[in-house]
Amino acid sequence: MTSMALREAAAVSPEWRGRGGIIGLLVAETSLFAVFVVAYLFYIGKSLTGPYPKDVLALPIFTTVCLLSSSVTVALAVQALRNGAWRRSGAWLLVTIVLGAIFLAGTAREWFGLIFGHGLTIGTNLFGSTFYSLVGLHASHVTIGLVMLTLLCVFAFTGALRREHIGRAELVSWYWHFVDAVWVVVFTVVYVIGR
Amino acid sequence: MSVLSGTVDARRRAEAHRPWLAVLHDWVVTVDHKRLGIMYVVTGIVFLIVAGLEASTMRLQLAFPALNLVPPETFNRLFTMHGTTMVFLVGIPIVFGFGNYLVPLMIGARDLAFPRLNAFGFWVLLFGGLLLHFSFIGGDGLYGAGSAPAVGWFAYAPLTSQAFTRGNATDYWNLALLVAGFGTIATAINLLTTILTMRGPGMTLGRMPVFVWEMLTISSLTLIILPPLSAAQIMLGLDRYLGAHFFDTQAGGSAVMWQHFFWFFGHPEVYILILPGFGFASEIIPVFSRKVLFGYVTLVAASVGIGLIAMGTWAHHMFVVGLGSALNTAFAASTMLVAVPTGIKIFNWLGTIYGGKIRFSTAMLFCCAFLFQFLCAGLTGIMLSVAPFDWQLSDSYFVVAHFHFVLIGGLIFTIFAAIYYWFPKATGRMLSERLGRWHFWLFVIGFNVTFLTMHIPGLLGMPRRIYTYAGDRGWETWNLIVSLGVPFQIAAILIFVVNIVMALRRGQPAGDDPWDAWTLEWATASPPPPYNFEVVPVVSSRRPLWDLKHPDDPDGPHE
Repeated sequence: MTSMALREAAAVSPEWRGRGGIIGLLVAETSLFAVFVVAYLFYIGKSLTGPYPKDVLALPIFTTVCLLSSSVTVALAVQALRNGAWRRSGAWLLVTIVLGAIFLAGTAREWFGLIFGHGLTIGTNLFGSTFYSLVGLHASHVTIGLVMLTLLCVFAFTGALRREHIGRAELVSWYWHFVDAVWVVVFTVVYVIGR
Repeated sequence: MSVLSGTVDARRRAEAHRPWLAVLHDWVVTVDHKRLGIMYVVTGIVFLIVAGLEASTMRLQLAFPALNLVPPETFNRLFTMHGTTMVFLVGIPIVFGFGNYLVPLMIGARDLAFPRLNAFGFWVLLFGGLLLHFSFIGGDGLYGAGSAPAVGWFAYAPLTSQAFTRGNATDYWNLALLVAGFGTIATAINLLTTILTMRGPGMTLGRMPVFVWEMLTISSLTLIILPPLSAAQIMLGLDRYLGAHFFDTQAGGSAVMWQHFFWFFGHPEVYILILPGFGFASEIIPVFSRKVLFGYVTLVAASVGIGLIAMGTWAHHMFVVGLGSALNTAFAASTMLVAVPTGIKIFNWLGTIYGGKIRFSTAMLFCCAFLFQFLCAGLTGIMLSVAPFDWQLSDSYFVVAHFHFVLIGGLIFTIFAAIYYWFPKATGRMLSERLGRWHFWLFVIGFNVTFLTMHIPGLLGMPRRIYTYAGDRGWETWNLIVSLGVPFQIAAILIFVVNIVMALRRGQPAGDDPWDAWTLEWATASPPPPYNFEVVPVVSSRRPLWDLKHPDDPDGPHE
C-alpha cells in the first residue's frame, strides 16, 4: 500500500450505492446465464431424437434488431431525463417498451410454431430442454425489464418522475442493456453455433 | 465503565417492561443490521444443534458393528440432512450473520447499503431452512414414498431423478436450497456494496480490518459461484417436473454435468465458509497477543488469492469419475496451489503470536486450537489432491475426517472464538471465562477423539455413508473411539448454551471495550445504539482505537 493510496479520502458518493447493488446483481445474473449457456453448448448434437435445431430454427433477425435498438432508445430516454425533458423521456421509454414487446411477441410466435408445428417441447429431447430453458430464462428477464420500463414510463407521463430519480432510472437502463447483451450471446450460441 | 453499564441496564429495564409481543414484533420487522446479524447467528446455532443431534444419532448407530438402531433409509436421510443443514443453514448464516453485524461497525457505517434487502435475505434463508426441515413431517407427498431427502448433500444425478427418488423428498432439498440461495446472493450483494461504497472517513481499502477483507472476498465469490448451483437446481426441477433431460442419461443427458455444476459451487463454498474463519482469527489473535497483525498486506493478498484459485479447483472432487490424465493433473496442481496462500496465513498468525504478550482468554484458546487443527486439515487436503491417493480414499472416512477438520477444527472453532470475543459487544455482558474453559477443553478433546481417530478407519478402507459394517473388518475399535468423542462434544455445546443463557441473565457488564482492542466496533457502546456511532470516527491507520488511546504514538507512520 502506497502512502498516497492510504491518504485519499474513503468516502464514496452515495449514487454508487445503487450502482454497486445493480452491478452485483448483474454479476450474479451473468453467472446464472453462463451455466445455461455452457449446458446448451455441451448438449449440442447430443439429442437422441429429433426435431433438431437445423430443421426447425429460423434466424430471428427482425426481433433481434428490435431488441438491440431498444438499448439505444433507452439510453436516449435517460439522456432526455438528464436534460429535464420529461415528456421526451417518456416517449423514448414508450418506444423502448414497444420494441421489447415486439421481441417478446416474436419469441411467443416462434415457440408456438415449435410446439404446435414441430412438436418440440422441453421434454422432447435435449435440444428442447436446453433451448426452452435458455431462451425462456432470457425472455423472463425481458419481461421483468418491460415491467420496470412500463412503471418508469407511467411515472414520466404522470410527472411523478423527478430529477432525484434519474439515478434509479439509469439503473433500470443498465439492467436493460444487460438483457440485450445476454441476447447477443444467446443468439450466437443458439442460432449461429447451435444450428 | 459504571456510567456505561448503567445505560445498558436502563435500556434492559425499559426492554423488560414492554409486552413480549411488542418485543417480538420489533425483531420481526427490524431492518437493523445488528439485529439481523444476531438473528442469523442464533438461527445458525439452532440448526447446529439440530444437525449435531443427527450426527450423534449416526455415531450411535456406527459405534458397534452390525447394530440396527437406525434403519438404512433413515440413515441416508440423517446424513443428507446433516450435511445440507451444516453447510447451508449453519455455516452460511453464521458467517454472513457476523458479516452483517460487524462489517458496518468495523468500517464506520450506520447500516448496510440496503437494509430492507438485508431483512429479505435473512427471512428467505430462514424459511428455506424451515422448508427443508418441514420435509421430516410433510415430505410424504403424493406417492407416500420417503420423508426427508436421502440423496446426500451433493445430490448426485441420476439418483435425484423421478425414477429413483419418487415422492417429494428430493424436491424439498432442491427448492429449499434454491430459496435459501437467493437470500444468500442478496446478502452478498449487500455486503459487497456496503464495503465498497460506505466506508467512513479515512477508512481506505488498505486500512480495513482483515475480517472485512475476508467478507469482501467471499461476497464477490458468492456472486460468481452460488448462481451456478441455482441454475443446476432449476435444471433439476425441470428434469423432475417438466420431463427435461439435462441429467437424464437415457436421453443423452449427462450425470457428470451435475457434478461439474455442483462442485463449481461446492468447492468454493468451502472457502466462503473458512475465509471468514480466517478473518475471526486475524482479528482475535493480535488483540490477545498485544501485537500488530504480522504481515497485513500478505494476509489480505493471500485471502484474495485463495478466492481466485478457489474457482479453478472443483474437479478434485471428481477424480474417481475418470476425467483423464490432463484434467486430473491440472486440478491436482491447482488444488496444491491453494496450499501456498494458506501457508502464508499460518505464518502470519504465528508471526503475530511470536514474541507477543499472550493472554489466554477463551477466544484465544479456540484460535490456538484452530491453528493446529487447521494445519492438520490442510495437510490431509494436500494428500487428497494427489489424484492416485484420492482414487484410493475417495468416499472413505478419511475424506470425512478431512473435511470435518476443515469445517469444525477450522470454522466452528473460530466461530466459537468469535462468539466469545464479540458477545460482550452484542449484548453488553461478558460470557463466563470459567465455563468457557470447560467448553473449550471438552470440545477440543471430544473433537480430536472423534475426528483425529476417524482418519484411521478411512485409511483401513471404511467407506462413508454406510449405515453399518461387519465386525471382522478391523474397524470396530476405531469406530467405538470415534463415537466416544461425541458425548464430550455434546457436553461442551451444553455448557456453551448454559454460558450464553447465564450471561444474558446476569453476566458481568462488559463496558465498551473489554479486551482493550483496536478496531472501530469497540469505539461505540455495548450493545451499540441503532445508529452505531454518534460521531463516526476519522480513521488514520489500521488500528483506529490504538491511535485514540495513544495519541503520542499513532500507528500511521509505521504502516
